[in-house]
Amino acid sequence: MRRYSAFAIAREAARYHQGWERAWASPEPKKSYDAIIVGAGGHGLATAFYLGKNFGITNVAVIEKGWLGGGNTGRNTTIIRSNYLQDPSAAIYEKARSLYETMSQDLNYNVMFSPRGVIMLAQTHHEVRGYLRTAHANALQGVKTEFISPQRVKEIVPIINLDGPRYPVLGGLWQARGGTARHDAVAWGYARACSDMGMDILQKTEVTGIRKENGAVTGVETSRGFIGTKKLGIVVAGHSGVLADMAGFRLPIESVALQALVSEPIKPCMDCVVMANTVHGYMSQSDKGEMVIGGGADGYNNYTQRGSFHHIEETVRALVETFPMVSRLKMLRQWGGIVDMTGDRSPILSKTPVDGVFINCGWGTGGFKAIPGSGWGMAELMARGYSPLTAEFGLNRFKEGRFIDESVAAGVAH
Amino acid sequence: MLILECPCCGVMADETELAPGGEAHLKRYGPGSSDEEFEGYLFHRMNPKGVHFERWRHANGCGKWFLAARDTNTLEVFATYSAQTPEPPQHVLDAIRAKRPDWSLDQ
Amino acid sequence: MSTRLASGGRLIDRSAAREFSFNGKRLTGYAGDTLASALLANGQTLMGRSFKYHRPRGVVASGAEEPNALMGIGKDGTFEPNQRATTTELFNGLEAESQNHWPSLDFDVGVVNNSLAKFFPAGFYYKTFMFPRPAWKHVFEPIVRQSAGLGKAPKDRDADRYEHFYAFVDVMIAGGGIAGLQAALTAGATGARVLLVEQTAHWGGRAPVDGVEIDGKPADEWINDALQALEGMENVSVRSRTMASGVYDHGYVLAYERLTDHAPEMDGPRHRLWRIRARQVITATGAIERPLSFAGNDIPGVMLASAVRDYVVNWGVSVGDRTVVVTNNDDAYRTALALHGAGLSVPAIVDARATVTGDLPEQARAAGIRVLSGAGIAMVKGKKSVTGVSICTQAGEGASTDEIACEAVAMSGGWSPVVHLWSHCGGKLIWDEDQAHFRPDPSRAPTGHDGKPFVIAGGAAFGELSSAATLASANHAAATAAEALGLSAPAGDTPATNDPAETAMEPVWIMPQGAGHAKRMKMWLDYQNDVKVSDVQLAAREGYESVEHTKRYTTLGMATDQGKLSNINGLATLAGALNDAIPNVGTTTFRPPYTPISLGSIAGEARGEVFQPLRRTPMQDWHEDRGAYLEPVGHWRRPYCYPAAGESHEQAVHREVLATRNSLGLLDASTLGKILVKGPDAGQFMDMLYTNMMSSLKPGRCRYGLMCNENGFLMDDGVVARIDEETFLVHTTSGGAEHVHGHMEDWLQCEWWDWKVHTVNLTEQFAQVAVVGPNSRKVLEKLGSDIDLSKEALPFMAWTEGKIGGFDARVFRISFSGELSFEIAVPASQGRAFWDSLHDAGGEFDATPYGTEALHIMRAEKGFIMIGDETDGTVIPQDLGLTWAISKKKEDYLGKRAQARSHMTDPTRWKLVGLETVDGSVLPDGAYAVAGGTNANGQGNVQGRVTSTYHSPTLGRGIAMGLVLNGPDRMGEVIEFNKVDGGTVAAKIVDPVFFDPEGEKQNV
Repeated sequence: MRRYSAFAIAREAARYHQGWERAWASPEPKKSYDAIIVGAGGHGLATAFYLGKNFGITNVAVIEKGWLGGGNTGRNTTIIRSNYLQDPSAAIYEKARSLYETMSQDLNYNVMFSPRGVIMLAQTHHEVRGYLRTAHANALQGVKTEFISPQRVKEIVPIINLDGPRYPVLGGLWQARGGTARHDAVAWGYARACSDMGMDILQKTEVTGIRKENGAVTGVETSRGFIGTKKLGIVVAGHSGVLADMAGFRLPIESVALQALVSEPIKPCMDCVVMANTVHGYMSQSDKGEMVIGGGADGYNNYTQRGSFHHIEETVRALVETFPMVSRLKMLRQWGGIVDMTGDRSPILSKTPVDGVFINCGWGTGGFKAIPGSGWGMAELMARGYSPLTAEFGLNRFKEGRFIDESVAAGVAH
Repeated sequence: MLILECPCCGVMADETELAPGGEAHLKRYGPGSSDEEFEGYLFHRMNPKGVHFERWRHANGCGKWFLAARDTNTLEVFATYSAQTPEPPQHVLDAIRAKRPDWSLDQ
Repeated sequence: MSTRLASGGRLIDRSAAREFSFNGKRLTGYAGDTLASALLANGQTLMGRSFKYHRPRGVVASGAEEPNALMGIGKDGTFEPNQRATTTELFNGLEAESQNHWPSLDFDVGVVNNSLAKFFPAGFYYKTFMFPRPAWKHVFEPIVRQSAGLGKAPKDRDADRYEHFYAFVDVMIAGGGIAGLQAALTAGATGARVLLVEQTAHWGGRAPVDGVEIDGKPADEWINDALQALEGMENVSVRSRTMASGVYDHGYVLAYERLTDHAPEMDGPRHRLWRIRARQVITATGAIERPLSFAGNDIPGVMLASAVRDYVVNWGVSVGDRTVVVTNNDDAYRTALALHGAGLSVPAIVDARATVTGDLPEQARAAGIRVLSGAGIAMVKGKKSVTGVSICTQAGEGASTDEIACEAVAMSGGWSPVVHLWSHCGGKLIWDEDQAHFRPDPSRAPTGHDGKPFVIAGGAAFGELSSAATLASANHAAATAAEALGLSAPAGDTPATNDPAETAMEPVWIMPQGAGHAKRMKMWLDYQNDVKVSDVQLAAREGYESVEHTKRYTTLGMATDQGKLSNINGLATLAGALNDAIPNVGTTTFRPPYTPISLGSIAGEARGEVFQPLRRTPMQDWHEDRGAYLEPVGHWRRPYCYPAAGESHEQAVHREVLATRNSLGLLDASTLGKILVKGPDAGQFMDMLYTNMMSSLKPGRCRYGLMCNENGFLMDDGVVARIDEETFLVHTTSGGAEHVHGHMEDWLQCEWWDWKVHTVNLTEQFAQVAVVGPNSRKVLEKLGSDIDLSKEALPFMAWTEGKIGGFDARVFRISFSGELSFEIAVPASQGRAFWDSLHDAGGEFDATPYGTEALHIMRAEKGFIMIGDETDGTVIPQDLGLTWAISKKKEDYLGKRAQARSHMTDPTRWKLVGLETVDGSVLPDGAYAVAGGTNANGQGNVQGRVTSTYHSPTLGRGIAMGLVLNGPDRMGEVIEFNKVDGGTVAAKIVDPVFFDPEGEKQNV
């Protein structure tokens, strides 16, 4: 792989950029692989990457029905934070956040991780107590957060209205090293690095069946023929239920539409990410200048990648109330993605009833921020059969009643 | 922005009048059931990409619960019917099969 | 230079001058001008700077597709960035400023990016700015952010207001061109309810500009007649300045009406968002002309041929004395003829087609205009404005065959139907080889709730570009809609038109076709985002082959015009680079809105006090008059405390607690949920709802109960009063009433539908006051009552009803404070009077209103749990030492099975205890009990947490409750709780009941 650098750009500029190589190869499938990942989104590609990097398993295929990074990886609002309440969540999200810090260098691909800080506003006394609890938990979890005063909030976010008549800002949970990254670049960077390790990324290849013998996986049927493997990772977000069905087990998952929108771009006016959970809105400003706004999820099963407009209205109302100046901005584009919600709204990273089949799903509304941590843990789980990062996220927790419930402090987990 | 006809009051109700309530026709498992049965009852959902039976409440209307047979991929509503129905009634199954001849209940 | 012509301009009123300013310069236009036409009329061709390279840019288009001429308009509370000059109607006093430059539009330092453009190809930022690591956040990104963005951020609160409208129609028609008008006439004649909307202020679309005659009449006349006819139909509504912005599932359509943007002096809301339910939608949204990709096609003065024609015909504006027309189709000849007719020079029509015939070219030739066939533009000359073009053969590599001096270039690469509304909710497209565009495929239309198509494309939006075909298609669309609605459409004739015979266009994606690297780096596809042909080719070469990859890698089509001009040209370029067919490459997804709509209009009226619905108790005015500090609880706003003058909240709470404990406190408890559960099976139902036995409760008595969800977790608690054998009154938490009522109805309607039980949420029917403290009985007796309020007649946990002070009252002897306490419900209409009379009578007892914080402290002093504090959705009653409230006798209750799961019966679950700091201080809210060491993920081990913590005014020290590992077995043990800034606080594990453990104060 030719390294990317300013020098490489200068070299190519002299010849009209004719010398750039493909970022990732487009190979024919082999007969079999040591491991197959289904789903070339961020989580699937990261799993493949860490299988190679941490465990030397590079005879790997990543199979993708459409185009890589084409699902929720490229549809989210790119927020990265790890200020979670429960230990298992804080562990995997903080692992992810710390990996984001060096991802551009690790992948030689600028994913534009920008630790511009994340504030979660407290707008009721109940929410204040919830975030104080999170701050205390984070202090023991090695996650750097602090509860800040309304005045500090205003200093960090000058466009905020502290004194809304209904929900004045009473403070906020501040994670200075949270931030955003360029979502597509995360998928592309991992894909390029995987391809460079000799892994095969098979786009436009649909898995149509999972073959088993004696309760163990032997490979997958695809639109390009049968491909053998003894280790199969299913990392397909909204379509997890469909794949699990092929493997012959069921998941505590429901697929719903989650929406987001962007405004037209404007010059920089907000440097960090602000989340207002009481009024259901959150917003950041992209490097392009668009205000990136997250909306709510529908409450019914939906595979259309379109949501209901009243969620957009609710979110925009919340933001106009919190940041009155946005009233005169315009919505440029709204879109939806299909997210997989589990019974406790926390993800599943787990062995399954089928030997050799592993599943990583259920990230719901919060998957992007977890990508590197999820890939790290999933790779360890697939390579060794156990990872401390994923141990608590097993499928069995739903039978035991051992939930990981993040909604307890903040109402919603984005 | 779905519209569903509330079978209780007959209104073609906008989604903003309705509250979704998840999969319909679940069998309740109480004390004495196995861990597997209880887990399945609480958490395992069909989540099909296609025909789905689900619960809705006309929350900002007559307040009644009802059931709907709906395609989660096209959003087509085949029928809405009484919540006091332990399994999909024949006329609902007929309405689905009229549009989806290959569909079967145990899919 | 552009200028106003001496005559002409069908839309302007030359007798009505309009003063405006641009970048501080005072200018004049006419009523009917757009900001763009007025600027051109004043010779202002430079209107903005591009996003990435800060290249000088002029207006390209004349409508909603404009990518370049974006302005900041207004000031202070009416300032709005990124407004398209082409869709901004001119008004007196309009203040516009151009964007994205420093220090000025003419001299922009950012243009250095342009000189470095060869170092900044598509995606260059993914390949650099990586070292040193902090540099991205602290050096590179700030530079990128400052130079990106477009308009300035508004600073002030919006001075305008917005509203929502609802409409329910049979047929919604988007687009008021001749197709939309014809469709409305036909649909209207069926009697269907029709709504026709047009995004501009003018009806008829392009037909009048193109010189179309309909039914032997000039288009303008036909349009006026059509409008008059529509206005005469009671079942038809028409709205101009209203854009259909999005089509959503099941026939939901949003339309965006701009009410006062063109006349800010008018009263009323600025924008109105229409939420429309339409049974059928006809998209008559027309088509948009495509640019051609030749070197220098972004220099100010290079415009769409149709726009050049619009400026001349509609606004009497010449974009230059000499205009070279470049085209691959016949339509652009109309521009040449219009310019010629206005007395302007057209030095040449450069036509990429090898042979050029057809009526319009013949007319051009007859007018003496030079037509160059098989030709292309090798390069446009000029920097901030066009000075000329160099001509080449289209088939070659761009060697100059001729140079022509000119001030403007009018280009036409063919027309693309506006398919956005069709596509928003699933409509599919087909590739039309003949016209080289995607158009709606009627066999794969968006489908509605009944699975049937509900969107029909008509006119140019369906790819029918001639006026005759447009009108026929519109009629067909209306008839199709009528048929779907079960209406019979009268067999209306399609009006006759005067269309010239047009010859086929030929797709041209690169001009000349063999252009080399240097030229391809100067061929703009996406003007605003500075995406060139070379960028798309680079993306394809690097493997970003999917159309979505290419879009995202190059930012093609991601600007504020969302690719209205660049989409097809970009796809064709990608297809060319991949050596694949255009339909195989496909399109990116069309998403609402069609053009950007204000966030203000989406929020509507809901802001400030009415941001959300407001629930008020009958005593709300009293609280507010008293200056109570309110906190939101659901949609209620409850007094947190009532600070006296000069008193802090803490001091007020302290005072309220002591006054209540020592004498008399009054709490407005009206927000408490009150649900009536009635019927022969009510007892059985209550036993399923609550963990404890409710069916054994005697009429006249009250019982505290716990309610769990089916997953076993505590969801609500409260006191149940048995009214009679068949009737229970359920009290819920303030925030929980609706949820609990919904929960009850869910089980009654969907599981136990054969049980005879009826529920009613009576919360707002009653005002409720907690009369609390040692003097509570006295104040009630003073008010006078026909109820015996003595301990013997009305003991603790009993209730009764009668008159108190003349009010109809239901009196509950229940206590959440540990004091002698009467909770009294009166009809809501009498609530305020009752409250007032309690205060009057209570004067001698220092009756003190208290708020939610005093309530919380008093309950904590007594060790009572609070839903939301001791519980958080993960806590079961067994954790809270409430096993006494869990019936062992009942076979079943909601949550019982769940509480039998292994994790729920795990003896290591944390249990509720009281906590007392060793030093008497208040434990930090949310603190965790540290256990030493770390877990496998390096996190500090914990053994419990604080759930409630207060300073107790009664005890004069900190008290807390918490959940602790094996807590009840560790009484007296001291454990450490963490502080956020490091260090710990030592606290002793104690019984959670801190005050009056024997209950002596309440049992009097």
